[in-house]
Formats: sequence, structure tokens, C-alpha cells
Amino acid sequence: MYPSRFSYDAPTSVEEVIAILDQNGGEAKVLAGGQSLIPMLKLRFASPARVVDINGIPGLEYHRVDPDGTLRIGALCRHEDLEFSKILGNFPTLSQASSLVADPIVRTRGTFVGSLCHADPQGDWSATMIALGGKIIAQGPNGRREIKARDFVLGPFVNALAFNEVAVEAIVPPAKGKALGGYLKLERRVGDFATASVAVALDVDGDIVTRAGCALAGVGGRTIDANDAISVLVGKSLNSESIKEAAEAVAAAAEPRTDHRGSSSYKRHIVETFVTRILSNIANSEQKAA
Amino acid sequence: MAPLDELKIGGMGASRRRVEDNRFIRGKGRYVDDIVLPGMLHVEILRSPVAHARIKSIDTSAAWEVPGVRLVMTGETMAARNLAWMPTLSYDTQAVLATDKVRFQGQEVAAVVADNPYIARDALDKIVVEYEQLPVIVNPIQAQSPDAPLIRDDKENQTSNKIFDWEIGDKEATDRAFAQADVVSKIDLHYPRSHPSPLETCGSIADYDRSSGKLTVYMTSQAPHIVRAAVAMVAELPEHMIRIISPDLGGGFGNKVPIYPGYVISILASILTERPVKWVEDKSSNLISTGFGRDVYLEGELALRKDGKILGMRMHTISDHGAFFADAQPTKFKIGLMHSTFACYDIPTGHLVSEGYYTNKAPGGVAYRCSFRVTEAMFFQERMMHAAANDLGMDQAEFRRVNLVRDDMFPYRTAFGFLTDSGQYEKCLDVGLEAIGYSTFKQEQEEARKRGKLLGIGISTMTEPLGAGNSREYDIIGIKMFDSAELRVHMTGKAILRTGAKTQGQGHETTWAQIVAHELGIPADDIVVEEGDTDTAPFGMGTYASRSTPVAGAAVAMASRKIRAKARKIAAHLLEVSEEDIEWELGRFYVRGNQERGVTIQDCALAAYSNVPDGLEPGLENTSYYDPPNLTWPFAAYFCKVEVDAQTGVWDVLNFVAVDDCGVRINPMIVEGQVMGGLTEAYAMANMQYMTFDEEGNCIGANYMDYLIPTSWETPGFELHEVVTPCPHHPIGAKGVGECATVAGPAAFVNAVMSAIEHTGVRNVDMPLMPNRVYQALQTGQDVSGMPPVLSD
Ligand SMILES: Cc1cc2nc3c(=O)[nH]c(=O)nc-3n(C[C@H](O)[C@H](O)[C@H](O)COP(=O)(O)OP(=O)(O)OC[C@H]3O[C@@H](n4cnc5c(N)ncnc54)[C@H](O)[C@@H]3O)c2cc1C
Repeated sequence: MYPSRFSYDAPTSVEEVIAILDQNGGEAKVLAGGQSLIPMLKLRFASPARVVDINGIPGLEYHRVDPDGTLRIGALCRHEDLEFSKILGNFPTLSQASSLVADPIVRTRGTFVGSLCHADPQGDWSATMIALGGKIIAQGPNGRREIKARDFVLGPFVNALAFNEVAVEAIVPPAKGKALGGYLKLERRVGDFATASVAVALDVDGDIVTRAGCALAGVGGRTIDANDAISVLVGKSLNSESIKEAAEAVAAAAEPRTDHRGSSSYKRHIVETFVTRILSNIANSEQKAA
Repeated sequence: MAPLDELKIGGMGASRRRVEDNRFIRGKGRYVDDIVLPGMLHVEILRSPVAHARIKSIDTSAAWEVPGVRLVMTGETMAARNLAWMPTLSYDTQAVLATDKVRFQGQEVAAVVADNPYIARDALDKIVVEYEQLPVIVNPIQAQSPDAPLIRDDKENQTSNKIFDWEIGDKEATDRAFAQADVVSKIDLHYPRSHPSPLETCGSIADYDRSSGKLTVYMTSQAPHIVRAAVAMVAELPEHMIRIISPDLGGGFGNKVPIYPGYVISILASILTERPVKWVEDKSSNLISTGFGRDVYLEGELALRKDGKILGMRMHTISDHGAFFADAQPTKFKIGLMHSTFACYDIPTGHLVSEGYYTNKAPGGVAYRCSFRVTEAMFFQERMMHAAANDLGMDQAEFRRVNLVRDDMFPYRTAFGFLTDSGQYEKCLDVGLEAIGYSTFKQEQEEARKRGKLLGIGISTMTEPLGAGNSREYDIIGIKMFDSAELRVHMTGKAILRTGAKTQGQGHETTWAQIVAHELGIPADDIVVEEGDTDTAPFGMGTYASRSTPVAGAAVAMASRKIRAKARKIAAHLLEVSEEDIEWELGRFYVRGNQERGVTIQDCALAAYSNVPDGLEPGLENTSYYDPPNLTWPFAAYFCKVEVDAQTGVWDVLNFVAVDDCGVRINPMIVEGQVMGGLTEAYAMANMQYMTFDEEGNCIGANYMDYLIPTSWETPGFELHEVVTPCPHHPIGAKGVGECATVAGPAAFVNAVMSAIEHTGVRNVDMPLMPNRVYQALQTGQDVSGMPPVLSD
């Protein structure tokens, strides 16, 4: 596997990156963890003239929770940093997903933000971000702008960044009330992309759901935004009836296709099962806690 | 004098650390791709994007223009040297570079030789090939159809896609057995195509020296001597001018037995450019174009008496060999050793009918970690046994117990004519049943069901014919299947051992030395083992089909014994007594009746070069050829307990017990490693690892995202047990163990899952038992079988 010829830059500031992207008019690609870009180069699915390596830029490895509860994830925060993080207690959706992304080797290099930028319909992090109502901070020649995660993924492998923008940070807003959630993924083995996966994030006041978020991976041409479907839970408590209603609504929002991983009806069934399981787990552990 | 402690010198039974690991774990292994020769060029191969098409034109002019390109080759280049087609190991022909048609996706169409692989790869993009697409055949059922397109229109007298009909057994006696049966039990299975996928792909460096006429080829080959013979025939070069060197191999699993177009292309490229030429395929090329395993439809039935006794069996196989019949197997047996099926059971009669077909898929039904189709034979056997026990309403273990060949029946002639010679089948069964907790399982299963959980247990027992040949019955393209060892003991008592086998992970460098240590008392650390260089190693048939220990390992013991016989003469001379008065104990000769008066094997070695008795040739060397009197027959009994998630179809292994009787264990640690590795591959087949194709012949499995190989993460743990029944005819009693687990393992997993779900009425789910298939079976109560490229909704 031999990629086509490309030139390589390793700038040390975001401004330099933007300048290089700007000068190359769409012919340059950012290299973060390389866990998607390098395979694409080797398979010659991507043949950019320039590769701009951002790994030498200091100060982007962080993830931290602000005093107001906002989670901020820098462009070079690796999957593994989140997997072993001690500060994701209020973000169960993320912490559950963190050990299901790829395999332990890939997780040491791949980045959270890079994964969002890659916009793989089977990518795990995009689903969690859409469910959590997260945002991406893009920086370009004219400064910074915020893009909602649900508007960030435009299609398979297409994101909302302009050619001269770089994603510098991902933001997850704090929950109003108590944050509950979960992530389940059907994979055939570690490192396999999802046959179907489900991210759920709830804000709960007492036992009443005040906000419900959900997104799906592997069951559509892009990450499926199922926030509207799961909103049937808002204003309700979790019980077998509301869970069933939500699971059916979310399953209906999936757009699975039959392939060697399974039939579309099987995948839709898995979505329904997983929504049910996540919500039942939440209901059970809340009951135990009470 | 205290006798030598055999375990201390690394002899038989010592779990000696693998000596080869020292260099592998330090990154000092030397694989083909590590070798760099001065002035070396690189070749990259253009492969067909479609499965069946006529080539209308190939335009290479733009590729020639790329700076750094030295040679662009097409079928025409090859044809000019009579090399467009090459013979396969099954008396067929295979295209090296296509001249007329492409017959599978990934077939070799053109090649570029350049200063480095990047340039060669860039130039491939500049070659323009015009294809006229033809209808595609992706399975043998389609191939049978009267209006199927003729894939091999290159062959004279080939009027259909059938390759062979083959049968064995006694049809009439079998018909009679079925007429008398109380119960007839049937099963219909597909053993899916699977790729051995060694970590190291295939590759070669050809180095032709015009001045001397010598061709040296570094090559990823499990059988370098066969390659030398084949190259001599194909390239019309004299055999003494050909040297094949197979350096460290990163796994083989049967994938590195066949001869591939890439090897031939690199050889001709070196002859044409007079420079060394390296070809190393990438992972995708390896997966889509080189020898796959399996891909057989297995259908059959058992004639049964009410009390569980099997009266007879019928089996019908339809195999898919891809576009060229390039299986590596003994000439006599078109479908390998499929007729070893049911060899561990006492059945009076049977009849096996086999048909082989061409399809538009990659060629080469290689023996993927098994002895020539034995994996399919035993999978059929154990799935059939499982179904038959259920049809009889009999307990799975009891049904096997009733039919297993008993210890007092050896030597036992099987219904298809094999002679099995030893074993303690029932004991192995009992060891395993005890370990898995079989007696309480039924109750466990019922209680679990009440809690909504689906538990299942599966059994698989088998004996595998290993160590082809004897040479009377076994040959590959006419070359008889014996093997060899050459042992040279140096003056200081150190030694070098070479064999005609070729290690690729089995640990020959460790275990061969242990055999010598056992026979001569020379510490294993004092013996270096070398294999794979045809200029230095004695002629041998290579390593596959678990034949190394049964054949080459036996040759090692025989060479050692001949050296001991000569050393005895030297000892008599040194001790000044007659040979008859000499006794042997490990590492030492002494005078009968006076154990203190003796000489060590090292003393004899020194004397062999410095103080030889009159009339004896100096030196202490021997080359032995070993032609085994029979196959060896290891036995395995495997037990698997699973839990199935009824809502998703996902299954987890709760417990797996393996009982192996591979005869005498040379190095128990290595034996266990082989069993663990084999079981991992068995788990892979049962669960995820298969190569499928869509209707257009596109290979779904061209990379490791689609072709799934389990990691240590999901592979279950295995509990290993041993029973030892020495092989009566092997010099050290060993039977071979490299493949038992891959062969017997898959049915244990599948039977376990079936046991968990068959209350719904399902009889069979074909491998791999992916969650969606298991779920579908649970939902519908219907079999999920055959090989739909894509499951429809
Ligand atoms: C074996 C294997 C298994 C995998 N399994 C999974 C899985 O199960 N689930 C899953 O979700 N993912 C999986 N992945 C993908 C993995 O998560 C990648 O790490 C991730 O998709 C990309 O992150 P990266 O940092 O490696 O990005 P890179 O590969 O460096 O870049 C990916 C793309 O995003 C762009 N990009 C990256 N960072 C930025 C930025 N800051 N601003 C603008 N553009 C940017 C790049 O230009 C490129 O187009 C797997 C990968 C491998 C190799």
C-alpha cells in the first residue's frame, strides 16, 4: 500500500495551519491521529497534495470541565484520554462509548475531534455528540465560530468545515438537572465499526425527563439524528410504557441497509433493543439509588 | 556417574523456551521484505477490478513514460517466454498475467517494475485496460447450470464448469444399510470460504545472474523444494542453477504452499532486467488473490439403528475451487482427505461422492491449517453426529460413546479404507465430560431457560489423518511425500541439523533439537536447526498438513540413531572393547558391567575427526530419508458451553475444554500453544471469519475491516487437558498436533450454539454464526444456510 506523493508540513500553531490550508485551496488535509486519514492515503481513497500535521501544536491535548459544568475537548485529546478520564462522571454517554471506539491500539492515537471531522456514518463519537447536543469550535482566517454537532455532519465523510478551517475544540454543555445516559454498540469484534449503535443522553429533574437526546451509528448513510424521535420522553418518567414508546420511535428513525452485517430489519431491531436496554438500565439504577 | 537429566538438556518432554523467539521478539527476524539486494528493483501488480471479462485491450504506453519505470509487463510479455500460463499443484493451469480473459476479481493483469514501489504503484494507475464484462458465476450451484458461461474456455475439451467427479466407498452396501435403518438423519451444510491470512503476505526476490546462469529466489514458501522443481519445469532452467531460499516466515497456514503469479513475474522480471526484483504483495492483494481454504457444500445422511448404532453414511460434496484448480493436495485424492470423515467412529460402510467446480473467484482450496480438506470432513462428521443424536432422542455424549472405535479394536480399518492404529477415544471423552461439568448441564440449561437465558453445550470428537504420506499413496504433482533430515555433529560435539520441512511458527528450531537431544544426549542448546534453503537442506516436501513431526521429525530421530550407531563403533575403539560390549545411556557409552568406564557422545565426536578406528570413514554426519509406513492419527475431544442473547443473537463462550491426544509430546508448551492457536482459528471460523462475494463477484473481505480475525480481546479462554497414546509406528511415538484444534474446533462452537437454540426447531445455522444469523434462526425457527452473498430482508 503506497500512497501518492504528498508534501508534509508540521506547523506549531493553529494560525500556521490555517494559513497553509488557506493557501492550498482545498488541496491540503489536516492530520490528527491519522487513524482514518493514513488508511485513506494508503488505499488512495484520498490523495491530498499536502498533509498538515497538527500533532506538534502545543496545548491541544486537554479535556476539562469548566466551573459551570461545560466539557471542553481539545483537538489533540485522544480516545484513550477519555477512556481513562476521571472527570466524565456527568457524561455517562461519553464514558460508556469511550471503551467501544475502535481497539486499544487505535485509541492511543485517534482523536475525538478528528473522529467528528471524519464524519464516518459508523463513527461512535458523532453519535454521542449529537445525542448530547454538543458543538464544535471551528477556527479559520476570520476567527472562530460554533457549529452544532447535529449540523456538523453533512453526509458520509462530509463535515461542515470550510476548506480553510480547522476544528480546535468540541464542547458538551452541562446537563440541566441530573445527566443520565448510555451507549451500546453491536460489533462483531473489537475494532469493528458498529453494525448498529445507540447513544442516549437524558437530563432528568427528579424522575422527570427534561431533555432527551439520541443518535445512531451504522444505520444510515450518515449519523442518524434521533433527537426528535426520543423527545417523546420529555416530561415523562422512565417506565416500561414510555421506554417502549421511545424505543419504537427511535427505531423508526433509523435508515438501515441490508448488507453482510445483517438485514435492515435486524439492524432496526437492534436499535430498538439497545434503546430499551439503555433506558431500562437507567431506570433500574435510578431505582436502586433512590 | 549420575545419568544425564533429559529435561535439563532440553530433551523430550521439556517445555523449552522457543529459541526462534529470541530474534522475533527483538525485531531481528529476517523476512523476505527485510532483504535488500544491491540494485534491486520493485514490482507492483495491476489486478482485475471485475470478476469475469474479456480483455479487449491493454495500453501501457503512459506507464512506460513514468520516470523510474524499467519494465511494464502484460500477458504478452509472459507469452513471449511461454510463461503466460503455469501449471498448478493439481494438474491444471493458471494464468500468470491474463491474456484472454480475467476470471476473478483481483486476477493479475499487468505488472510494473520500477526503481521503488511508489513509482511502480503510480505507474499502475496509468495503465488503461478495456474490459468487456461477462456474466459472473459466484458459486458452484450457478456453475452447474446448463446455460452458465464457460469460465475455462482456454482449455481444450472443457465444455462445462465442472472440474471433477470423484467417489469412494461401497454404494450397494451403503444402500442396503439405509434400507435397514430405523432412523435416517440428514444434514445440509456450507463450510464457507475462508482465507488463511498469515500476518506476512506472500513475496519474493528473484535474482538472476546471467554470468553464472544461477537464479536465486528468496520466497515466502512452505515447500521450497517443490518450488525449485516447479520453477525448473516452468522456467526451463536447470534445477542445479536454481536456489530457493525461504527465510523467516510470518505464518503460512497453507497459504504459502501454492506457486503464485507474483513469484513467476518477479523471476521473469529479473531475467529481463538482469537486476534483482522484489515483489511483496499488500494485505488486500493477499486476501483477494491467494489460496483460500474450504468453500464446500456438505450434504449427507446417516443410517441409524434405534439403539444409536450407526449402520452407514452417505456424503455428497460440491466444492468451489475458483477460476483455476490450484488446490495443493495429493494427486490421488481430488477432494483431499474428505474420506477421513467418520474415521473415529465404527461404521460398517459408507459412500462419498464429490464434485468440483470452477467459479469466478480466486483459486486454491489450500489446506488451511489442516490435512487436505480434513477440516470440512470433520465438521460435517460432528454436525451430522449432533443432528443424528437429536433425531434419535439420544444424549450427545452417549451417542458418541456408542459409536467411537474402542481401544481394543486397533488397528482399525475405516469404511473408506484408512487404517487407524491407536487411541483412547472413550477416555478422552470422559476426561472432557468431567471437566466441562456435563452431568449437571441439562439441569443448568433448564434453570437458565426459566430466567430467559439460553445456554448450550457442544461436543466435537475426531481423529485426523496426519503426516502425508506414505509415498505409495501420497504425492504432489508426482513428487512422493517423504521427508528428510541431515545431522552433522561437529568435532566439539555441537551440531547442525537441517530438514526438508520449513517452520513458519511451529517452532522446529526448538523441537527438532529436542529430538536430537533425546536420541544422542547432546544438549538442545548445542544444536542449531536450519531449514528453507534448497542449496543446503536435504530434499523434502515442506511443512503443511501437520506433516513435519510425523515425517521430518521421524527423519530427525532416524538420522540421530544412525549417528549413534556410528558413534558406538568409535566408542568401542576408544574403550578398547568390542562393539557388543558397549551399552548406551543418554549421552554416553559405557562398558557393560562397568558403568564407570565410558565415553560421552562428545568424546566420540572428537574422535570421529581425530582418532577414527581403522576401516571406518571419518566424520559424524548422516542424512536420512523417512517414508512413513502409515499416517498418524491424533485424537481430539472438544467441549464448549455458550450463552446466547435471544434478543440480539450474540453468543458468548462460557467455558471451553479441549482434550488432545497427539501421542508423545516433544515440547508440551509448544503443543499447548498450537492447540490454543488452532482453537482461536476455530472460534474465528465459527464466529466471524469468512470471505464472501456479492452477485457481481466482488470480494467482500479484501481488508481487515471486512475480513474479521478475532483479537485476544474477544477470544475466549481454553482449558487444556492431555491424554497420551504413543503412535506405534513413529520412532518417537508422536502424532502431530498443529492442526487438530482448527479441524475439530469449529463444530464444538456451532454444536453449542445449536444446542442453545434448537428448541425452536432449527437444525442448522451455517458458519459464521454471526449474531444476525442466530437471531434470524431464533425468530423464524428455520435454518439459515447456504451462502447468500448478502442476506436479503
Ligand atoms: C482499526 C480501526 C478501527 C476503528 N474502529 C472505529 C470504531 O469502531 N468506531 C469509530 O468511531 N472509529 C473507529 N476508527 C476510526 C478512529 O476512531 C479514528 O481515530 C477517527 O475516526 C479519526 O481520528 P484521527 O485523529 O485519527 O483523525 P485523522 O485520521 O488524522 O483524520 C481524519 C479526518 O479528519 C480530518 N481532521 C482531523 N482532525 C481535524 C481537525 N482538528 N480539524 C479539521 N479536520 C480534521 C482529517 O483531515 C481527516 O480528513 C477505527 C480506526 C481504525 C484504524
